Amino acid sequence: MTELDPEKLNVAPGTPHSNILSETVAYLIGLALALVLTGVSFWVASTSVLWGPGVAVGLVVLAIAQMGVHLVFFLHITSGPDNTNNVLALAFGVLIVFLVMIGTIVIMTQMDANMAPDPALMNLQMQH
Amino acid sequence: MTTAEAPAIGLTHGGSEDTGLGHRGPESKSIVVPYGFWLFVLSDMVLFSALFATYASLAHATDGGPTSGELFDRTLVAIETMALLLSSFTCGLAMITAKRGNLIWTVGWLVVTGALGLVFLSIELYEFATMIGEGAGPQRSAFLSSFFTLVGCHGAHVTVGLLWIGTMMAQIWAKGFREHIMRRLLCLSVFWHALDIIWVAIFTIVYLIGTLP
Repeated sequence: MTELDPEKLNVAPGTPHSNILSETVAYLIGLALALVLTGVSFWVASTSVLWGPGVAVGLVVLAIAQMGVHLVFFLHITSGPDNTNNVLALAFGVLIVFLVMIGTIVIMTQMDANMAPDPALMNLQMQH
Repeated sequence: MTTAEAPAIGLTHGGSEDTGLGHRGPESKSIVVPYGFWLFVLSDMVLFSALFATYASLAHATDGGPTSGELFDRTLVAIETMALLLSSFTCGLAMITAKRGNLIWTVGWLVVTGALGLVFLSIELYEFATMIGEGAGPQRSAFLSSFFTLVGCHGAHVTVGLLWIGTMMAQIWAKGFREHIMRRLLCLSVFWHALDIIWVAIFTIVYLIGTLP
């Protein structure tokens, strides 16, 4: 390896490739995958073939997959060395998003389960 | 010869090229500006995660009012999803043509992108108006407050995106594909794709899971 190409060390997020055909094909593949995943999501949500309690989890998995498709084919986030900064920022963002969401949901579910009964009921018991 | 090969440690002004910002100095503006915008978009996603967490906590706090299963219409949501997904695609096509300096096609794809965004926004506003007309406004219950905050915040972002698309079309028309115009276009495309990513989460968590039997 002699001289590094200055253009290749970093790439801004969203920058398309260099060839018009491969760029358009990348967007078309992304669109096709996103359409399939969206279609499957709507089908999974409305069918009665699948095991009911698992449907919500399946939908979340499909949504995460579709977000990945959007990131790769529309925002051109890759695993290449020119994308390290973009991926690291994304990883940190995803970490915070999951901390906020899962943390909130776990804590609020716990508090809901441990909450004292309805005040009206409490009063009824105290009147005895 | 020995002085020229001395390691560049400490104060390195003058002889050395090491500025402490990587070996070749800071990146060019065309990298740094979209990267900074990428950080903004990610922090925007953190904002939405807080709204999602609120919604998830309050989704069943309907206070005897209408529930998500009674309110939401999946057909409308499917059309909204299609419109936003296709607009994300045409936004990418606009970027491809912009890179090649094709004014007509770029403006054309941006018009299509904006039109699809407008379709999305109109359906959303129609849905909001119908719900409020049925007495299911944001004041009705905690569930509806969080619903209108979450989906309304996304709608506000789409509105800003539409204004931005209009601005960019005018700027391309007036100034051509200069370097700073291309930077703004790239930021716009990152913003628009990010909105679609957030919508994927909304239509899954709010609309599909909310209307499961």
